[in-house]
Amino acid sequence: MDAIILQILNGLDKGSAYALIALGLTLIFGTLGVVNFAHGALFMIGAFCAVTLSRLLSLSHKVEIPGAVDFLGNPQMRDVPYIYEIFGENLGATIIDWAVPLSILFAIPVMILIGVIMERGLIKHFYKRPHADQILVTFGLAIVLQEIIKYYYGANPIPTPAPSAFVGSFDFGALIGFDPGTIIYPYWRLVYFAFAAVIIGAVFAFLQFTTFGMVVRAGMADRETVGLLGINIDKRFTIMFGLAAAVAGLAGVMYTPINSPNYHMGMDFLVLSFVVVVVGGMGSLPGAVLAGFLLGILESFASMREVIDIIPGINQVIIYLVAIIILLTRPRGLMGRKGVMED
Amino acid sequence: MFGLDKKDASLLLIVTALVAFAPFLLNPFPEGSAMAQFNAGYPDLMQRFVIFGIFAIGFNILFGLTGYLSFGHAAFLGVGSYAAVWMFKLLSMNVLPAIILAVIVAGIFALIIGYVSLRRSGIYFSILTLAFAQMSFALAYSVLTPITGGETGLQLALDDPRIFGSATTAEGNIPVPGFFGLEMRDSTELVLGNWVFTFSVGYYFAAIIMLLSFYLSIRIFRSPFGMMLRAVKSNQQRLNYTGLNPRPYTLAAFVISGMYAGLAGGLMASMDPLAGAERMFWTASGEVVLMTILGGVGTLIGPVLGAGLIKYMENIISKINSDILHSWFAFLPDGLEDLVVTLIYPFIGKGWHLTLGIVFMLVVIFLPGGLVQGGQKIAGLFGRKKAQEPKNATTEPAE
Repeated sequence: MDAIILQILNGLDKGSAYALIALGLTLIFGTLGVVNFAHGALFMIGAFCAVTLSRLLSLSHKVEIPGAVDFLGNPQMRDVPYIYEIFGENLGATIIDWAVPLSILFAIPVMILIGVIMERGLIKHFYKRPHADQILVTFGLAIVLQEIIKYYYGANPIPTPAPSAFVGSFDFGALIGFDPGTIIYPYWRLVYFAFAAVIIGAVFAFLQFTTFGMVVRAGMADRETVGLLGINIDKRFTIMFGLAAAVAGLAGVMYTPINSPNYHMGMDFLVLSFVVVVVGGMGSLPGAVLAGFLLGILESFASMREVIDIIPGINQVIIYLVAIIILLTRPRGLMGRKGVMED
Repeated sequence: MFGLDKKDASLLLIVTALVAFAPFLLNPFPEGSAMAQFNAGYPDLMQRFVIFGIFAIGFNILFGLTGYLSFGHAAFLGVGSYAAVWMFKLLSMNVLPAIILAVIVAGIFALIIGYVSLRRSGIYFSILTLAFAQMSFALAYSVLTPITGGETGLQLALDDPRIFGSATTAEGNIPVPGFFGLEMRDSTELVLGNWVFTFSVGYYFAAIIMLLSFYLSIRIFRSPFGMMLRAVKSNQQRLNYTGLNPRPYTLAAFVISGMYAGLAGGLMASMDPLAGAERMFWTASGEVVLMTILGGVGTLIGPVLGAGLIKYMENIISKINSDILHSWFAFLPDGLEDLVVTLIYPFIGKGWHLTLGIVFMLVVIFLPGGLVQGGQKIAGLFGRKKAQEPKNATTEPAE
C-alpha cells in the first residue's frame, strides 16, 4: 500500500509538468488550430528565465575584507552581490535564496511577450497552410530557439536550487498513519504539484468565469460566427497564445530545481507532451490535464522494481504503448471532442 | 532510355555524372591552401552524402508522394544497421548479405509499424510513428542490450563466429567489410599538381547503390502506383468515393520507404561496422525531414540535394572556428574585424545548428518547394521568360 502511494506521489510531479505543457499545447491547438512543435522550447525558455534571474540577482562586485591581507600584503577581496547593498545583507540573501519562485514574476511578462511575438510574427502566416507545414516551421523555430539558448548558456545543465526552506524531504507516510520513513517525498515536488494545480485551476477559471474566457470558448467552438458578431477574435486568440506560452514557461521555471535546465530539455518534454495531448484528445483541455497526470503516474508505476521484473523495459515504453493503444482503440483520445482533427 | 522519358533520363545522367566525378567536384581547392577546409572530397563525407541521399530519397517516396509525415523514420535506419552488423558477426564480412538482410528486416519492421500507424493520418500518424520510433530507441537502449549492445552499441569482436568467413585476419585483427574481395576502406589517391583526389571503394559502392535507388524512385514517381500515391495526397476522400481503398497503396509506400531507410542503415554499417541506438533517436528522424524539405519535397532530386547540403554544413561549417574567421576578415580595420567576427561567430562552428534551423525556417516559410523550387524561380527570372509568357496568358482567363 505504501509503495503504491509513493508511486502515485512520484508520478504527480512529472505528471504536473506534462499536464501544464499539454494544457498550453491544447490551448493553442483549440484556439488557433496550430500544431506547435516549439512548445517544448517555450518550456525550456521558462526554465532559463529562472536561471537568468538567479544570475542577475547574484551579480556581484569585489569588496576588500577589512583587516585581512594575503601573504603578499594585498588586501583580500570577497564578492558582494549588489542586492546586498540595496536590501541589506539578510533580506538580500533571502532574495537570492528565493530566486526560483521570484522568477515566476519575471517569467510571466517575458513569456507572454515571446508568445505574442511568435504568434504575430510567424504563426499568424501559417493558419491557412497545411498542418505538416505548421509542424515543420515550428520544429525549425524550436531548433533555432534551443540553439540560441545553447549559445548564451552553454550545453551543460545549470543547477538552480530551490529555496533552502524547501530543501529536504517530507515524511508523508507519518501523516496518514504509516510507519515513519516509508513514504518520503521531497518538499519541492509537493510545491510543484500544488503550483501546477493552481495554474491549471486558474486557466480553467479564466476560461469559465470571465467574459474574455467566454468569448474565447465561443471562438474555439465556432470561430467564424464569433467573428461575424463583430468580435475581434484574432486578437483574443493571440492573447491566448501568450497565455499558453506563459503556462509552459511557468512549468519550466518551477521545474528547474527538480531537473537542472539544459538546452534540450524542451525537446525531451515536447515529444511526451504531444503524446499526452493525443491521448487526452486533441482540443480537449480537461483531457490534456487528465492524460498528463495519468501518464505521469503510469510511468512511475512502470518503474517499480516489481513491474520491471515481470515485463522488462516497460518503464521506458509505457507512455508510447498507452498512446498507441489509445489511438487505435479510441481515435479521439480520452476526452476528445467530435469533429476536431478527425482525419 | 531505361524506360524513362527524355527529361528524367537527362536528370539521371546528370546525377550519375555528378556522383561519378564527385571526388573531383568536391575538391575544388588545392591541398594546403586556406580554402582547403571547404573541400568535401574525402571518402567519409562523400559516403555520408550518398547514404543520407538514399535515406532522403526513401523518405520522399512516403512524404513527397502521399503527404504522410513520418517522424520516426530513423527507426528503420537503425534496424537496418543492426541487421547488417549481425550479418557481419554471424556470416561473413561480405557486405552483400548484410545489405540484403538490412533491407528485408527494415521492410518487415516497416510493415508492422506501417500497418498500425496508417490507420490514422495527419498529425496522429506523425505522433504514432514518433511513438514507435521512440519505443524502439528506448528498447534498443535498455532491454534489448543482448541484441543491440545497449549504450556502447553493437560492435564486431574477434570471437564472432563468421561461419562463411574468417573470424580474424592473418594478423589477428577484426576483418573489414568488403564486396567479394574489394575492401570498403580501400582507396587510391590521384595527385595532380597541388590537388589530391581520393577514390574510395566504399564511396563508389554506395554511389552505385544510390544511383540504382534513384532510378527506382524515378520509376516509382512516374508509375501508375506513384499516381495513385499522389491521389492519396491530394484528396483521399475522393479516392474513397471512387471505390478505391488507399491503405494498401500507402502501406506499400511506407514499406518501400522503410526499406530505403534500411538500405541506408545497412550501407552505413558496411562503411563502418558498428551500430548504435542513437541512430534511432527522434532527432535523427527530424534530420531526414529537414533534408527532404530543404531540398524540395516531392521532387526527384531535392532530397539528395538536401541531404548533401545538410551533411556538408554539418561537417564543414562546424569546423570553422573564430581564428579562421579572424584570418578571413583580417583585411578589415581592427574594430570592424572584431565586430564582423562577433556577428558571424554564433552561426558557425558549434552553432551550425542555428544556421540550419534558420535556413530551414526560411525555406518552409518562403520556399515550400525547397531549393529545387528556388532554383526554378531563379531560372524563371533569367532566360525562360519568353517561354512562360504565353503560358501565363492562357491560364489567366481561367481564374
